[in-house]
Amino acid sequence: MSRIGCIVITLLSLAHAASAAEIPLEQRRSTYVDMSADNKAMQDDDTSNPAMLSVLDGEALWDAKAGASGKSCADCHGDAKTSMKGTAARYPAFDNSARGPVDLEQRINLSRTQDQKAEAFKFESKELLGLTAFIAMQSRGTPIAPPNDPRLKPFLDKGRALFTARQGQINMSCAQCHDDNWGKHLAGSIVPQAHPTGYPIYRLEWQSLGSLQRRLRNCMIGMRAEPYPYGAPENIEMELYLMWRARGMKIETPGVRP
Amino acid sequence: MAARALVNVPKTAKRGEIIEIKTLISHVMETGFRHDSVGTVIPRDIITDFTCTYNGTEIFGATLYPAIAANPFITFHTLATESGTIAFKWTGDNGFAAEASANIAVE
Repeated sequence: MSRIGCIVITLLSLAHAASAAEIPLEQRRSTYVDMSADNKAMQDDDTSNPAMLSVLDGEALWDAKAGASGKSCADCHGDAKTSMKGTAARYPAFDNSARGPVDLEQRINLSRTQDQKAEAFKFESKELLGLTAFIAMQSRGTPIAPPNDPRLKPFLDKGRALFTARQGQINMSCAQCHDDNWGKHLAGSIVPQAHPTGYPIYRLEWQSLGSLQRRLRNCMIGMRAEPYPYGAPENIEMELYLMWRARGMKIETPGVRP
Repeated sequence: MAARALVNVPKTAKRGEIIEIKTLISHVMETGFRHDSVGTVIPRDIITDFTCTYNGTEIFGATLYPAIAANPFITFHTLATESGTIAFKWTGDNGFAAEASANIAVE
Protein backbone atom coordinates (compact mmCIF):
# COMPACT_ATOMS: atom_id res chain seq x y z
CA MET A 1 0.00 0.00 0.00
CA SER A 2 1.33 3.42 -0.89
CA ARG A 3 2.24 5.84 1.87
CA ILE A 4 -0.47 8.29 0.76
CA GLY A 5 -3.04 5.52 0.99
CA CYS A 6 -1.96 4.83 4.56
CA ILE A 7 -2.30 8.49 5.50
CA VAL A 8 -5.78 8.68 3.97
CA ILE A 9 -6.89 5.61 5.89
CA THR A 10 -5.40 6.99 9.12
CA LEU A 11 -7.19 10.30 8.62
CA LEU A 12 -10.47 8.56 7.85
CA SER A 13 -10.26 6.42 10.95
CA LEU A 14 -9.40 9.47 13.06
CA ALA A 15 -12.36 11.32 11.64
CA HIS A 16 -14.52 8.32 12.38
CA ALA A 17 -13.27 8.05 15.95
CA ALA A 18 -13.89 11.75 16.59
CA SER A 19 -17.45 11.87 15.25
CA ALA A 20 -20.89 11.30 16.77
CA ALA A 21 -19.79 11.51 20.40
CA GLU A 22 -22.10 13.44 22.66
CA ILE A 23 -20.55 16.28 24.66
CA PRO A 24 -19.68 15.10 28.19
CA LEU A 25 -22.22 16.59 30.63
CA GLU A 26 -19.65 18.62 32.57
CA GLN A 27 -18.23 20.19 29.39
CA ARG A 28 -21.56 21.62 28.28
CA ARG A 29 -21.97 25.38 28.29
CA SER A 30 -24.52 27.91 27.15
CA THR A 31 -23.68 30.02 24.10
CA TYR A 32 -23.98 32.94 26.55
CA VAL A 33 -20.48 32.10 27.81
CA ASP A 34 -18.95 32.77 24.38
CA MET A 35 -20.77 36.06 23.74
CA SER A 36 -19.12 39.48 23.80
CA ALA A 37 -19.32 41.59 26.97
CA ASP A 38 -21.76 43.91 25.17
CA ASN A 39 -24.12 41.10 24.24
CA LYS A 40 -23.96 39.66 27.75
CA ALA A 41 -24.78 43.08 29.23
CA MET A 42 -27.75 43.35 26.88
CA GLN A 43 -29.19 40.03 28.06
CA ASP A 44 -28.41 40.62 31.75
CA ASP A 45 -30.26 43.93 32.10
CA ASP A 46 -34.02 43.62 31.72
CA THR A 47 -34.24 47.28 30.71
CA SER A 48 -31.81 46.89 27.81
CA ASN A 49 -32.81 43.38 26.67
CA PRO A 50 -35.01 44.03 23.61
CA ALA A 51 -36.78 40.69 24.14
CA MET A 52 -38.37 42.24 27.23
CA LEU A 53 -40.54 44.39 24.92
CA SER A 54 -42.13 41.17 23.64
CA VAL A 55 -42.40 39.80 27.17
CA LEU A 56 -44.51 42.89 27.99
CA ASP A 57 -46.73 42.07 24.99
CA GLY A 58 -47.02 38.50 26.26
CA GLU A 59 -47.94 39.65 29.74
CA ALA A 60 -50.79 41.73 28.30
CA LEU A 61 -52.00 38.74 26.26
CA TRP A 62 -51.92 36.51 29.36
CA ASP A 63 -54.56 38.77 30.93
CA ALA A 64 -56.57 39.40 27.72
CA LYS A 65 -59.86 37.57 27.25
CA ALA A 66 -59.99 35.64 23.97
CA GLY A 67 -62.28 33.43 21.92
CA ALA A 68 -65.83 32.15 22.39
CA SER A 69 -65.06 31.11 25.98
CA GLY A 70 -64.43 34.76 26.90
CA LYS A 71 -61.61 33.61 29.15
CA SER A 72 -58.03 34.77 29.49
CA CYS A 73 -55.03 32.57 30.28
CA ALA A 74 -55.05 34.11 33.76
CA ASP A 75 -58.70 33.11 34.37
CA CYS A 76 -57.65 29.42 34.49
CA HIS A 77 -53.93 29.54 35.28
CA GLY A 78 -53.90 32.49 37.68
CA ASP A 79 -50.61 34.27 38.30
CA ALA A 80 -48.08 33.07 35.71
CA LYS A 81 -45.25 33.76 38.17
CA THR A 82 -46.32 30.71 40.16
CA SER A 83 -48.38 28.60 37.74
CA MET A 84 -45.91 28.76 34.84
CA LYS A 85 -42.71 28.40 36.87
CA GLY A 86 -40.78 25.47 35.42
CA THR A 87 -43.21 24.88 32.54
CA ALA A 88 -40.81 25.78 29.75
CA ALA A 89 -38.17 23.51 31.29
CA ARG A 90 -40.24 20.38 30.57
CA TYR A 91 -41.37 21.03 26.99
CA PRO A 92 -41.73 19.49 24.39
CA ALA A 93 -44.10 17.14 26.25
CA PHE A 94 -46.46 14.36 25.11
CA ASP A 95 -49.98 15.45 24.23
CA ASN A 96 -52.78 12.93 23.83
CA SER A 97 -54.73 14.90 21.23
CA ALA A 98 -51.59 15.38 19.09
CA ARG A 99 -50.53 11.73 19.67
CA GLY A 100 -46.98 12.93 20.05
CA PRO A 101 -44.79 15.63 21.52
CA VAL A 102 -45.82 19.29 21.30
CA ASP A 103 -43.55 22.23 22.01
CA LEU A 104 -44.47 25.21 24.17
CA GLU A 105 -45.78 27.24 21.22
CA GLN A 106 -48.02 24.37 20.12
CA ARG A 107 -49.18 23.84 23.72
CA ILE A 108 -50.23 27.50 23.90
CA ASN A 109 -52.14 27.13 20.63
CA LEU A 110 -53.85 23.91 21.85
CA SER A 111 -55.02 25.84 24.90
CA ARG A 112 -56.27 28.61 22.65
CA THR A 113 -58.24 26.33 20.31
CA GLN A 114 -59.44 23.73 22.82
CA ASP A 115 -59.99 25.78 25.98
CA GLN A 116 -60.37 29.40 24.93
CA LYS A 117 -62.17 28.46 21.67
CA ALA A 118 -60.06 31.05 19.91
CA GLU A 119 -58.07 30.98 16.70
CA ALA A 120 -54.55 29.61 16.94
CA PHE A 121 -51.74 32.16 16.65
CA LYS A 122 -49.54 31.87 13.58
CA PHE A 123 -46.01 30.53 14.09
CA GLU A 124 -43.53 33.41 14.58
CA SER A 125 -46.35 35.92 15.05
CA LYS A 126 -45.68 38.70 17.57
CA GLU A 127 -48.48 37.29 19.70
CA LEU A 128 -47.22 33.71 19.89
CA LEU A 129 -43.60 34.74 20.43
CA GLY A 130 -44.57 37.26 23.10
CA LEU A 131 -46.77 34.85 25.03
CA THR A 132 -44.15 32.08 24.76
CA ALA A 133 -41.40 34.43 25.96
CA PHE A 134 -43.56 35.60 28.86
CA ILE A 135 -44.35 32.02 29.92
CA ALA A 136 -40.80 30.75 29.39
CA MET A 137 -39.33 33.64 31.37
CA GLN A 138 -41.13 32.36 34.47
CA SER A 139 -38.70 29.42 34.32
CA ARG A 140 -35.59 31.60 34.22
CA GLY A 141 -32.95 29.90 36.37
CA THR A 142 -34.80 26.57 36.39
CA PRO A 143 -32.79 23.53 35.18
CA ILE A 144 -34.10 21.94 31.97
CA ALA A 145 -36.01 18.81 33.03
CA PRO A 146 -37.29 16.76 30.06
CA PRO A 147 -40.24 14.61 31.15
CA ASN A 148 -39.38 10.99 31.93
CA ASP A 149 -42.21 9.74 29.73
CA PRO A 150 -41.74 6.41 27.91
CA ARG A 151 -44.16 7.57 25.18
CA LEU A 152 -41.59 10.22 24.18
CA LYS A 153 -38.78 7.68 23.67
CA PRO A 154 -39.39 6.92 19.96
CA PHE A 155 -39.67 10.66 19.19
CA LEU A 156 -36.48 11.41 21.13
CA ASP A 157 -34.68 8.69 19.14
CA LYS A 158 -35.94 10.19 15.88
CA GLY A 159 -34.70 13.60 17.00
CA ARG A 160 -31.27 12.16 17.77
CA ALA A 161 -31.21 10.45 14.36
CA LEU A 162 -32.07 13.76 12.64
CA PHE A 163 -29.33 15.54 14.58
CA THR A 164 -26.67 13.03 13.57
CA ALA A 165 -27.83 12.35 9.98
CA ARG A 166 -25.92 13.93 7.11
CA GLN A 167 -28.25 15.98 4.95
CA GLY A 168 -28.44 18.74 2.35
CA GLN A 169 -26.23 19.64 -0.57
CA ILE A 170 -23.06 19.85 1.50
CA ASN A 171 -23.90 16.56 3.20
CA MET A 172 -23.38 17.66 6.79
CA SER A 173 -25.02 16.75 10.07
CA CYS A 174 -25.85 19.03 13.01
CA ALA A 175 -23.56 16.88 15.17
CA GLN A 176 -20.51 17.52 13.00
CA CYS A 177 -20.54 21.16 14.06
CA HIS A 178 -22.20 21.13 17.46
CA ASP A 179 -20.83 17.88 18.95
CA ASP A 180 -17.51 17.49 17.16
CA ASN A 181 -16.30 21.04 16.51
CA TRP A 182 -17.85 23.35 19.09
CA GLY A 183 -15.54 26.08 20.35
CA LYS A 184 -13.71 26.30 17.01
CA HIS A 185 -14.38 29.07 14.52
CA LEU A 186 -16.67 29.10 11.51
CA ALA A 187 -15.55 32.28 9.75
CA GLY A 188 -15.61 34.92 12.51
CA SER A 189 -18.06 33.14 14.80
CA ILE A 190 -17.46 30.55 17.49
CA VAL A 191 -19.29 27.28 16.74
CA PRO A 192 -21.73 26.95 19.65
CA GLN A 193 -22.78 23.73 21.36
CA ALA A 194 -26.37 24.54 20.38
CA HIS A 195 -28.20 24.25 23.68
CA PRO A 196 -31.72 25.74 23.58
CA THR A 197 -31.47 27.52 26.91
CA GLY A 198 -32.75 30.97 25.97
CA TYR A 199 -35.69 30.51 23.56
CA PRO A 200 -37.46 32.42 22.24
CA ILE A 201 -34.28 34.45 21.65
CA TYR A 202 -33.76 38.00 20.49
CA ARG A 203 -31.27 37.51 17.68
CA LEU A 204 -29.43 40.67 16.64
CA GLU A 205 -29.15 39.32 13.10
CA TRP A 206 -32.95 39.00 12.95
CA GLN A 207 -33.60 42.29 14.79
CA SER A 208 -36.49 40.45 16.38
CA LEU A 209 -37.53 37.63 18.63
CA GLY A 210 -37.55 34.14 17.09
CA SER A 211 -38.38 30.58 18.12
CA LEU A 212 -36.21 27.49 18.26
CA GLN A 213 -38.00 26.24 15.14
CA ARG A 214 -36.93 29.38 13.30
CA ARG A 215 -33.34 28.79 14.43
CA LEU A 216 -33.47 25.16 13.30
CA ARG A 217 -34.81 26.17 9.88
CA ASN A 218 -32.08 28.80 9.70
CA CYS A 219 -29.40 26.17 10.35
CA MET A 220 -30.90 23.81 7.74
CA ILE A 221 -30.78 26.57 5.13
CA GLY A 222 -27.11 27.11 6.07
CA MET A 223 -26.50 23.41 5.49
CA ARG A 224 -28.31 23.74 2.14
CA ALA A 225 -30.89 21.22 3.27
CA GLU A 226 -34.61 21.76 2.82
CA PRO A 227 -35.97 23.18 6.08
CA TYR A 228 -38.97 21.44 7.63
CA PRO A 229 -42.11 23.58 7.76
CA TYR A 230 -43.15 25.20 11.04
CA GLY A 231 -44.88 22.65 13.25
CA ALA A 232 -43.49 19.67 11.30
CA PRO A 233 -42.96 16.58 13.49
CA GLU A 234 -39.25 16.60 12.57
CA ASN A 235 -38.78 20.05 14.10
CA ILE A 236 -40.47 19.01 17.34
CA GLU A 237 -38.40 15.80 17.50
CA MET A 238 -35.21 17.82 17.11
CA GLU A 239 -36.40 20.26 19.81
CA LEU A 240 -37.09 17.27 22.06
CA TYR A 241 -33.61 15.88 21.47
CA LEU A 242 -31.94 19.27 22.00
CA MET A 243 -33.78 19.78 25.30
CA TRP A 244 -32.76 16.28 26.43
CA ARG A 245 -29.19 17.04 25.37
CA ALA A 246 -29.31 20.23 27.50
CA ARG A 247 -30.94 18.51 30.49
CA GLY A 248 -29.95 20.14 33.78
CA MET A 249 -28.77 23.36 32.15
CA LYS A 250 -30.50 26.53 33.32
CA ILE A 251 -33.19 28.32 31.32
CA GLU A 252 -32.15 31.91 30.56
CA THR A 253 -35.18 33.09 28.55
CA PRO A 254 -35.36 35.69 27.13
CA GLY A 255 -31.88 35.18 25.69
CA VAL A 256 -29.98 37.56 23.42
CA ARG A 257 -27.79 36.08 20.70
CA PRO A 258 -25.66 37.67 17.97
CA MET B 1 -49.72 45.90 19.11
CA ALA B 2 -49.01 49.19 20.80
CA ALA B 3 -45.41 50.35 21.14
CA ARG B 4 -43.69 49.25 24.31
CA ALA B 5 -41.03 51.35 25.96
CA LEU B 6 -38.62 50.49 28.76
CA VAL B 7 -36.80 53.28 30.59
CA ASN B 8 -34.16 52.95 33.27
CA VAL B 9 -33.63 56.02 35.46
CA PRO B 10 -32.11 55.78 38.96
CA LYS B 11 -34.83 56.25 41.60
CA THR B 12 -32.54 58.34 43.80
CA ALA B 13 -29.37 60.34 43.21
CA LYS B 14 -27.16 62.84 45.01
CA ARG B 15 -27.28 66.46 43.83
CA GLY B 16 -24.60 67.03 41.21
CA GLU B 17 -24.19 63.30 40.51
CA ILE B 18 -23.85 62.12 36.91
CA ILE B 19 -26.61 59.59 36.23
CA GLU B 20 -27.03 57.14 33.36
CA ILE B 21 -30.38 56.97 31.57
CA LYS B 22 -31.28 54.02 29.35
CA THR B 23 -34.27 53.79 27.02
CA LEU B 24 -35.52 51.05 24.75
CA ILE B 25 -38.58 51.15 22.50
CA SER B 26 -40.23 48.59 20.23
CA HIS B 27 -40.23 49.70 16.60
CA VAL B 28 -39.58 47.91 13.28
CA MET B 29 -37.39 50.75 11.89
CA GLU B 30 -38.24 49.73 8.33
CA THR B 31 -35.62 51.46 6.17
CA GLY B 32 -37.64 52.11 3.01
CA PHE B 33 -34.86 50.53 0.97
CA ARG B 34 -36.11 46.95 1.09
CA HIS B 35 -38.37 45.15 -1.38
CA ASP B 36 -40.95 42.47 -0.71
CA SER B 37 -41.17 39.10 -2.51
CA VAL B 38 -42.85 40.65 -5.57
CA GLY B 39 -40.45 43.59 -5.86
CA THR B 40 -42.58 46.33 -4.33
CA VAL B 41 -40.69 48.78 -2.12
CA ILE B 42 -41.61 48.41 1.55
CA PRO B 43 -42.35 52.01 2.59
CA ARG B 44 -40.13 53.68 5.17
CA ASP B 45 -41.43 53.43 8.72
CA ILE B 46 -38.95 54.74 11.29
CA ILE B 47 -38.79 56.77 14.46
CA THR B 48 -37.43 60.18 13.46
CA ASP B 49 -37.12 62.08 16.73
CA PHE B 50 -36.42 61.40 20.36
CA THR B 51 -36.47 63.99 23.15
CA CYS B 52 -35.90 63.79 26.88
CA THR B 53 -37.07 66.51 29.26
CA TYR B 54 -36.11 66.99 32.92
CA ASN B 55 -38.92 68.83 34.72
CA GLY B 56 -40.02 70.29 31.38
CA THR B 57 -36.58 71.39 30.13
CA GLU B 58 -35.14 69.51 27.20
CA ILE B 59 -31.84 67.91 28.22
CA PHE B 60 -31.29 65.48 25.36
CA GLY B 61 -32.54 65.06 21.82
CA ALA B 62 -31.75 62.80 18.90
CA THR B 63 -32.67 62.56 15.23
CA LEU B 64 -32.93 58.99 13.98
CA TYR B 65 -32.22 57.73 10.46
CA PRO B 66 -32.99 54.57 8.48
CA ALA B 67 -29.65 52.93 9.34
CA ILE B 68 -30.65 52.59 12.99
CA ALA B 69 -31.58 49.03 14.00
CA ALA B 70 -35.04 47.88 15.03
CA ASN B 71 -36.03 48.57 18.66
CA PRO B 72 -33.72 51.58 19.16
CA PHE B 73 -31.76 51.59 22.41
CA ILE B 74 -30.70 55.12 23.41
CA THR B 75 -28.55 55.74 26.44
CA PHE B 76 -27.01 58.97 27.73
CA HIS B 77 -25.86 60.74 30.89
CA THR B 78 -27.11 63.81 32.68
CA LEU B 79 -26.52 65.76 35.90
CA ALA B 80 -28.96 65.11 38.74
CA THR B 81 -30.04 68.68 39.63
CA GLU B 82 -33.43 68.42 41.34
CA SER B 83 -36.19 65.97 42.21
CA GLY B 84 -38.90 65.56 39.65
CA THR B 85 -39.90 63.84 36.45
CA ILE B 86 -37.78 62.79 33.52
CA ALA B 87 -40.02 62.40 30.47
CA PHE B 88 -39.29 60.74 27.12
CA LYS B 89 -40.99 61.19 23.77
CA TRP B 90 -40.50 59.32 20.52
CA THR B 91 -42.11 60.46 17.26
CA GLY B 92 -41.88 59.08 13.75
CA ASP B 93 -43.38 58.13 10.42
CA ASN B 94 -47.11 57.40 10.04
CA GLY B 95 -47.95 59.52 13.08
CA PHE B 96 -45.96 57.33 15.44
CA ALA B 97 -45.87 58.79 18.95
CA ALA B 98 -44.94 57.19 22.25
CA GLU B 99 -44.23 58.57 25.69
CA ALA B 100 -42.76 57.35 28.94
CA SER B 101 -41.62 58.97 32.16
CA ALA B 102 -39.84 58.20 35.40
CA ASN B 103 -39.50 59.98 38.74
CA ILE B 104 -36.22 60.76 40.41
CA ALA B 105 -35.57 61.90 43.97
CA VAL B 106 -32.46 64.07 44.34
CA GLU B 107 -31.03 64.55 47.85
